[in-house]
Amino acid sequence: MYAQMVKSEASNDDPGMLAAFQARIDRGDKIEPKEWMPEGYRKTLIRQISQHAHSEIVGQLPEGNWITRAPTLQRKAILLAKVQDEAGHGLYLYSAAETLGISRDEMFEQLHSGRAKYSSIFNYPTLTWADMGAVGWLVDGAAIMNQVPLQRTSYGPYSRAMIRICKEESFHQRQGYHIMMKMARGTEAQREMAQDALDRFWYPALMMFGPSDKDSVHSQQSMAWKIKINTNDELRQRFVNETVPQAEFLGLTVPDPELRWNPDKEGYDFSQPDWDEFFEVLKGNGPCNRERLGARVRAWEDGAWFREGLTAYADKAAQRRAGAATAAE
Amino acid sequence: MAREWPLWEIFIRSQNGLNHRHVGSLHAPDAETAIHNARDVYTRRKEGVSIWVVRSADITASRPSEKGPLFDPAEDKVYRHPTFYDIPDDVGHM
Ligand SMILES: [Fe+2]
Ligand SMILES: [Fe+2]
Repeated sequence: MYAQMVKSEASNDDPGMLAAFQARIDRGDKIEPKEWMPEGYRKTLIRQISQHAHSEIVGQLPEGNWITRAPTLQRKAILLAKVQDEAGHGLYLYSAAETLGISRDEMFEQLHSGRAKYSSIFNYPTLTWADMGAVGWLVDGAAIMNQVPLQRTSYGPYSRAMIRICKEESFHQRQGYHIMMKMARGTEAQREMAQDALDRFWYPALMMFGPSDKDSVHSQQSMAWKIKINTNDELRQRFVNETVPQAEFLGLTVPDPELRWNPDKEGYDFSQPDWDEFFEVLKGNGPCNRERLGARVRAWEDGAWFREGLTAYADKAAQRRAGAATAAE
Repeated sequence: MAREWPLWEIFIRSQNGLNHRHVGSLHAPDAETAIHNARDVYTRRKEGVSIWVVRSADITASRPSEKGPLFDPAEDKVYRHPTFYDIPDDVGHM
């Protein structure tokens, strides 16, 4: 997902405390920042939430690419609003992670040095305007699939961030689908662009849910802690079931010859994405990894003088206030 | 690494007549900037008519471990609730 393949951390805590903690989770209690929690719970959550935050931030880049080239002023305003929302999502999540005892700068450092991961999906290029449609429809669609159940996650600040994010996400998917509708019903060239965008984004979108985790110990622990609610395969299946009829409505073809409705499981049978490709992208060898991280680091470094200026101004103003206070005494 | 901006807790009144409510936090160099950033981060869809910002470091919180001593005393005072008292229906609405 936005946080793919989060390794859970082992806990070396007192077994009695661990059992009591698990009982709280099983009861449906929410865990709040300063309360006791197993070290593994805290570390796994930091990794998962920060990975999610990084994805929101890096996820602005493929769409930012099209803000200056949107076909109309209205589409430009919409895309700008959407990308601004993603920045907000990143900030909600960074704040949630900070309540667990990691600083914002530490998380930025992990992202910028390449030690932290973000979703593989953002390492694919956005080549045409139809990609803005495909991204909103499929990428935000897949994100929603994962984020809706996470609203019930056991960690209070994470759950609250998810609730806020989910409220904003639906507009993202609908504006994307709206673009696809326009393109699919436009000229032949536009229809082809729409089909081409679906062809390129279908499998990377399926990869967003991460590899099958049926046998993964990590996801079992995370599910017991309710920081993961569904298996990757469950969510992927749900996504396919929901998306295929939407593609049919557009008159577009999902690029999978094996795709078939299976009445027994009340869902579609479909082909798995190329998992070798997925692992290569995670390792940093996707089509845009270097470009994305480069753009992110450049933005951070180019903004340093401005951040420092604001700090200097705040310090000066504080000194002036302090000076005025002593003068008045 | 440059000094990290302090963290601010953000409270928003969604409409007049309601309390300000905690909505989240953000980093900013000073209070004025915190308010501007809070506008962008937490009220992009007209979620508020007023913003309070408070430095997180200035908040004193009760400790989770004090939860028992602080809140348990309220537990055995059921007589503070109106449902504790049985009043015959004949009395009418009360
Ligand atoms: Fe988002
Ligand atoms: Fe989104």
